Order: sequence, then structure tokens, then C-alpha cells
Amino acid sequence: MFSGIGDILSSGTSWAFFIFALLAIGGAIFMISFTKVIHMVVSLALTFISLAGLYVILEAEFVAFVQVLIYAGAISILMIFGIMMTKHRQGEEQEPRRPWHEGLAIVGALGLFGILFYAIQKTTFTASGTLDAGKDNTLEIGKLLYNEHVIPFEIMSVLLTVAFIGAIVVAKREED
Amino acid sequence: MGTIITPYLTLAAILFCIGLYGALTKKNGVIVLLSIELMLNAVNLNLVAFSKLGDHPVLTGQIFSLFNITVAAAEAAVGIAILIALYRNKGTTDVTEMDSMKR
Repeated sequence: MFSGIGDILSSGTSWAFFIFALLAIGGAIFMISFTKVIHMVVSLALTFISLAGLYVILEAEFVAFVQVLIYAGAISILMIFGIMMTKHRQGEEQEPRRPWHEGLAIVGALGLFGILFYAIQKTTFTASGTLDAGKDNTLEIGKLLYNEHVIPFEIMSVLLTVAFIGAIVVAKREED
Repeated sequence: MGTIITPYLTLAAILFCIGLYGALTKKNGVIVLLSIELMLNAVNLNLVAFSKLGDHPVLTGQIFSLFNITVAAAEAAVGIAILIALYRNKGTTDVTEMDSMKR
């Protein structure tokens, strides 16, 4: 990342990458540091939307729209429903904190990031070819999805049906 | 080749580590689920970045990220359902109090 910093700051695409990356990291940091649960969900929705912008930069338009629909729409609303249907007030007053636990979690996360960062900096990526995505990204994805990956696609639909029926059965009231 | 893959991988590593920290330390069960979603999103960013800027750019990375999003949606629905059922039984969503299998 530091080697190509002059190259990065020269074009508009890289500026868009930096803005979206700052929004994504900022939303995630705010998610960690806010105290009210609703604010956490909204700031993480900001992260999801800026990740969709990054997908547009990477020429994956269909994945970007799916990201906006599923994550910024469905999952955020589902999490807000989950917060509304449970009691969440008791977390807002200051509870006795667990300094050892949080310290060890910080050390673990930073250690994992150090290992990943070292590995990323150490590896040399040779971007040999360019992506032949055709003119229409959605059309190409549809062709791939219904030719090569049709069995995982069908299994995925069965998985979604089973998971949602199971969710309804689990969350249903017992007494009636 | 103006664009390189390293910033995307670094950003995904940062998001993954933030999600890992949140999943390990937060007490509210909904926030733990959201942190797991953040980690899955970091993996998706890696997949899409490798799909365009990797050594052999193909569309399969985007297909895999779509499958990943689908499984994440199923996981979120089942997780929220389990949390609501647990809340009905125990009256709390605090994950540190869900230790009935230890007793």
C-alpha cells in the first residue's frame, strides 16, 4: 500500500476508493464505539453501503446492487426488528467492564491484523490479464450461474427456504 | 495497470479485525451477529477484489460472493430467531448469561 501511494493519489478512481474506504472504516469504528444499539446498526449500514460503492469501483455492479438490497436493506431492518423485540436498555448504563477480556481481544485482533498486513505486504501480485466481463455484468453472472454453478444455485435456494422456515418455527410463540 | 490489489486486501483485513474485536467483546447478541456480518463482508470484498485484480481475473469470485451473501442472510435470520426465542425464555439478550449448557 505504501509503495504505490503516489500512483494511487493521482486518479479519480483512487480518490473514490479512499473516500469509500474511510466511510467503511469509520462506520465500523463507530459501530464499536457507540453505546446505543440503534446507532450501532445505522453506522454499520453506512459501512455496508460504502462497500457497495467499492464493488462498483471493482466493476461488480450486480454484487453492488445485491449488497445494497440484502445488507443495507434486509439485514439492517432485520437487526433493528431484533433489537426492537428484545430489551436492550440494560446495556446503556455502565456495567462492570471486563478489562482482561477486552485487552486480550484487542491483542488478538491486532495480532491477526499484523500477520495479515505482513502477508499482504510480503506477497507480490502480478495483475496479468484483465477481466473479460463483457458489456453487461449481470448477463455474464446469469450465464455463469445457470451453466456452471447451477447445482450450488439450486442447493442455495433449498438452504434459504429451509433456513427461513426454521427461523419461523424457532421464533414462533409456544403457547398457541 | 494503474490499480493494484493491495489497498483492497488491507481494507478487508482492517474490517475483519474490527468485526473480530466486536464479536469477542460485545455483550448484546444482536451486535455480535452484526459483527459477524462485518467479517463476512470483509471476505466478500476480498473475493470481489481478487475477481478483478487477481492473477487470473474471472467472474467466479463474484459468484462466490453472491453465495456468501445468501448464506449470511440465512444466518442472520436464524440467529435473530434464536435470539428472540432465548429472550422469551430467559428475558435477556446478554450473551454472557447464555451459559445454561455449562451447568
